[in-house]
Order: sequence, then C-alpha cells, then structure tokens
Amino acid sequence: MAIRKASRTRLIGALTAATVALALGACGGGGSDEASDGTVTLEFAQWWAPELPAGSFDKIINEFQTANPTIKVKLLSGPYASTKQQLVTGAASKTLPDVVGLDGAWVNDFAKQGAITDLSKLMTDASYDQSQLASQIQLEGKTYMIPVVNFVYPLFVNQDLLTKAGVSKVPSTRTEFLDAAKKISASGGNVKGWALPLDTAVPNGIQNDVMSWLWASGGTMLADGKPALTTPQVKSVVDYVKSLNDAGVIADGSLTMKEQDKVEKFTTGQVGMVFDSLAHINLVKKNAPDLKFTIAPVPAEDGYTGKRGIPYASWGIGVANSSEHKAEAFKLVQFLMDQKTNGELATLANGFPGNKNAKPDFSNSDPLFEEAFKIYQEGTPANEFVGLPKSEDLMRSFDENLQLVLTGKSSVDDALSKSQDSWSSVIG
Amino acid sequence: MTSLTVEKPPSAETEAPTRGKNSWARRLTPFGYLSPTVVLIVVLMVVPIIMVISYSFRDNVIVQDNSVFAGFANYATVLKDPDFLAALKNTFIFITVSMVAHLLLGLGFAMMLNSPLLSGVTKAIFRVVYVLPWLFTIAVIAVIWRLLLDPSGVINYLLTTLNIVSDGVNWLGDPGSALWVVTFVNIWSGYPFFMISLLAGLQGIPGELYEAASVDGANPWQKFWNVTIPQLRPVIISMAVLDLIWTSQQFALIWMMTGGGPLNSTEMLSTFTYKLAFSEYEFSTASASAVIVLLLTMVLAFFYVRQQRER
Repeated sequence: MAIRKASRTRLIGALTAATVALALGACGGGGSDEASDGTVTLEFAQWWAPELPAGSFDKIINEFQTANPTIKVKLLSGPYASTKQQLVTGAASKTLPDVVGLDGAWVNDFAKQGAITDLSKLMTDASYDQSQLASQIQLEGKTYMIPVVNFVYPLFVNQDLLTKAGVSKVPSTRTEFLDAAKKISASGGNVKGWALPLDTAVPNGIQNDVMSWLWASGGTMLADGKPALTTPQVKSVVDYVKSLNDAGVIADGSLTMKEQDKVEKFTTGQVGMVFDSLAHINLVKKNAPDLKFTIAPVPAEDGYTGKRGIPYASWGIGVANSSEHKAEAFKLVQFLMDQKTNGELATLANGFPGNKNAKPDFSNSDPLFEEAFKIYQEGTPANEFVGLPKSEDLMRSFDENLQLVLTGKSSVDDALSKSQDSWSSVIG
Repeated sequence: MTSLTVEKPPSAETEAPTRGKNSWARRLTPFGYLSPTVVLIVVLMVVPIIMVISYSFRDNVIVQDNSVFAGFANYATVLKDPDFLAALKNTFIFITVSMVAHLLLGLGFAMMLNSPLLSGVTKAIFRVVYVLPWLFTIAVIAVIWRLLLDPSGVINYLLTTLNIVSDGVNWLGDPGSALWVVTFVNIWSGYPFFMISLLAGLQGIPGELYEAASVDGANPWQKFWNVTIPQLRPVIISMAVLDLIWTSQQFALIWMMTGGGPLNSTEMLSTFTYKLAFSEYEFSTASASAVIVLLLTMVLAFFYVRQQRER
C-alpha cells in the first residue's frame, strides 16, 4: 500500500510538473483583448511618455478613456531605442501593438512589411477631416503615419562665447558661421566653434548636423525619389563641412561623438554653436542655468534668399495592420490629433503641433520657444530621410564616407560617388 | 512444526493491467519532472536556433511573406563582405588580447591576495578595490570610460598637466587607437572574475606541495612554474576558454562606446550582425552571420567540454 501511495505521489508530482510545463508553453499564446462586456483594450507602444513630464501622458490617455468608456488603453512606454527594437521585432512577427509611435525613418520599412495599416482608409471610414493635419507621411499615395508633434532643429548659439570671440551677430550664412566658429575656437580655453556627432551606432548626425546645411539652402539629396548625392549642392555641403574640419573648428572626437555628447559640450560651454532639437532647451537650462544662449535658423549659402528648410523630427502615430480593433485604434489617433489635445501635447513636449489649428501655449514656457515657432513658421520643415527605406542605413553609409573625407582617406568626389552607389542599391 | 503459508498468487486477469499501468507511470514519471525544463529549453533555445538557421538558408525572410530558398547564397554574401572580414579580425584581436590580459592580471592579483606577506586587513582592502570593476554594469562602464576618455576628459587633462602629451589624445575618435582602447576597457571590466576564480584555485593548493618543493631546493620561480601553474592548469584552461566565448559575444560595451567606428575599426562580429538585422533589415544575411558566429563559438565550446570531461 505504502509503495502504491509513494508511486501515486510521484505521479502526481510529475503531472504537476507537466502541467506547469504546458502552462509555460501556453504563455506565448496570448489571450483575447476584448472583455465579455464589450470593452476593448488597445496596446499603445511609444517612447513619448518617458520624455514628457511624469504622469502627464497618462493623464491625457485617461481623458480619452473617460470619453470612450468601452476602450481601454494599455501604454507600453520605453526609451526611443528600445521602442524601435521592440517595434522592429513586432513588425517582423506581425505582433505589433494596436497603436504605435513611429519615427518617419521607420515608415517605409514597416509599410512594405505590411506591419502598419493604411490610415487613409481609416480616415475615410471615420469621415475624418484631413485638412486639419499639418502633414501626413505617405507611401504610394497611402498615409501610414500622422506626425503628432514636430521638433525642429535650429542653431543653438552660446552668446557669451560669441561675444568673447568678438562676434556681434549670430551667423546667418555659411561664411559668417565659419568666421564665427574660427573666432570662437581661437578664443582659448579648449573651446571649439561647432560640434559634429558622427557616431555610427545612431548615425542621425547626418540628418541633423550635415544635411541640415543642404536643406537650409533649399537643396535636396533626392531627384524624383532617387539619390542625387553627386550634385553641386550636396558637394558644396561636404566641401563646407570639410573646410570647417580643416580649419580646426570642430570639437575633437567627432567620429565617435553621440548626440548627447554634443548637447553636453554645448551645455558645459565647450562648444559655441550646435544644431539641436528644440526639445533640449529645458535640459540645457536645467543643467546650466547661467548659460546665455539663443536660437537661430540654420545658416544658408551666401546670397540665398529663398525659404529656409529647417530639419525636424516627429513623434508620429500609426496603426498596426494586425490589430483587430482598427476603428477603435483610429479613435485614439483622432483624439491625439484633436485641436485641444494636440495643442496640449505639443506644449508638454516643447514641440509644434501636428494639427494645423492647434496652438502651443507659450504662456508658461521659455521665450525661446516662441522664437522657435516663428522660425518654424517662416521656414519649411525639411527632412528628406522621412519615408525613405532603410534610412538609418543610408545615414550610416553616408557617415562612413564622410568620415573617410574628414580623416583624409578619401576625396569629396569619391566619397559622394560611393555614397551615391550605396544609396542607389537601396532606393535606386 | 513449521507451517508454510502460501499466499495465493493474484490472478493474471486482475493484476496485469495494474502492473502495466504502474510500469507506464513509472516510465513517464521522470519525463513529467523534466518537462518544465525541456519546454523552456525547446522554446527559448532550440526553436530560436532552428529558426535562425532556417532563415540563413532563405532570402527575404521576415520582411516579406514570399521568402525563397537561397541555399548558401547568404553565407557567400557574408563571407565575401570586407566588413565581415574586418569584424572577424577585430574580434580575434579583441578576444585574444582580452583573455591573455585577464589571465595575467587575474593571476597576478590573485597571487598577491594569496600572499602570506600581507596582513588580513590589507588583503581585505585590496580584495574590495580589485573587485570593484566587476560590480559595475556594462552600461555604467561604457559611460564612465567615455567621459574619462573624452578629448576634454580627465585622462587627457592629467596627461597634459603632467606634460606626458602636449595635446589631448583622441582616444576613441582615432581609428588607430579605438580598438586598443575598447580592449583595455574590456580588460579592466573583466579581470576580477579571473582573479576570484584563480584565488579560489590558489587557496586549494595543498601547502605540502610547496614544502616538498622547498625541501628539494626549489626557488620561488621554480615553485611557481612547477607547483602553482600545474595545480591551476584546469582552472586556467576553463577560464580562458569561457572568457574567449563570453568576450566574443560582447556587444553592449562596443555599441555604447564606439558603435563599431570610427571607420569600422572596432566593428565586431556582434555589432556587424546587429547592424545587418536592425539597420539594414537584412535578416537573412544577419542570420547567416549569426550562424557563422555560432559555429565559431561551438569550436571553443567543444574545447571547453572536452577539457571538462578530462577533469
């Protein structure tokens, strides 16, 4: 009897273990996101909440849930890089959250994979008035991303360093910029005129710090959607960056410098001028309350009188193709693009609204934001990397060729020709 | 008189099914206990590895629905890529130099901490100091060293103040020095593990062996070479092989310090594969690259397992 009992106990133990194993195996199966009372739960992955004041994004989402009692939103918040990685793998396995925060640089790849849905159809189905949207990111005539908040990248200038160097006016042309950078670099104290982050891990320095010279003068790196890197306009930019490097006005270590290093160097007064996101104004002021700085449009070619392109990045939004609740997902998109909510979100994020009619509230913010809004309205938002396939890879190949130029291992013409070939293999 | 009581054997009709049931239950019981581990290994290791291997033989995987069989084309693409060959060379230098330096530093510090010449308190202080680098996570190590090695950072300040160099050195931004600098940081962060393992090994060497060597007239060097090293040999070999495997998988440190640059001078197999997958979205060639890394690591793992069996 005792033996039988022991054997039974063993069997029960083994069965328990096997049940645990089955439960483990079932973990990946997921469950229904629609409750028996008809409440739908939407997953919303984004990197916005960590970048906003604590709890403020939750408050906006709660307002949405109050207005839509049958929809619940589960926020999946993380830093930009990990959100990107999560979305890339989610897109690959067709398990994207219902609503996704998007960067314009990812749209082409996600749309081609069929991971994000055509928003044009959702807008038509919901009879949504598209005229209120400042912009839409499209591919083959279909909208895949709506920019919710836009961040511009103007020129940040340390006024103390400029004055100390004997420069009275914030540079507005390339010649004035080179002159100011030279004078700042010559003012001593290991200070340099400009910072150029070319780290290849996140090569967005090409977009924000190199191509911004091109767009500011109305130039383009594409012709009919194809790469056009060997044009005189692009060549003049690379020649100009090389001349800045040859003049010794670029902060050391640029080949492995990251964007945060650039901001740090500006904040600590090691660099006189940088192109930076407007969103960093508060960060700079918090870390260096005594730093006297201003913002200005990116300098253009001498004699250029047209509208200046100003680089921007967006917090975009899209809906997953695999979502079973696209209509509900679009309700959330609509809510975030609503004039009132969008203006509120833009104010919190220190950015500019994606809804044309929304106005950011400058009453409690730094006067520089109002100044930036003027620059934004007077210029044209420009970022040709938005919507391109493998845009990060395009930036990286351009970056590597630019590094060859700056280290004297390649001529400008060769570097541009190689970049052109490399880009043509992706978007040719 | 002894009476024998013979119990009636159970009838075949009633007992056979019970025995059969017991026998099956007995056979299945171990599998039941093993099943959670087996499921975890299958789900977390076997399935992903098989999927990556299958991706490496197909084209347009993940990003498109119509993937096609491509044979060894992805492997040919990877093996012909000059960036891959550069990454292979860099990885070889990185892991070999790191391992040798880890071993030498670890052994040196372990012998110092095992020395009878130092008092217990001194040893405890040094033990804490030496083990410090091991307590930091890779992210913290990368940030600390990036700050220290910045052209306007502490190290350049000290070197210029002491007139060792006239201008600040561009440690990470110079393609000639970047690989050696990240290798140095990896050595700094990894030697304590060697030190602790070797210290445990040293403390396990019987004192009689050294006494016998002294009686035979051996000098300190002969004792080290003929007693210490042979006694530590199994630990040294195990640690060296494990270190080669672990260092070859180092990704975070390189990615956060240099991103593989400047000019691919610190590109490793891990960063090369990551860029293929998450920047170029070439999951097929990235899988082929990952399988090549797996095969290279398996060679090292083979030596490790063989060495463990010999023990």
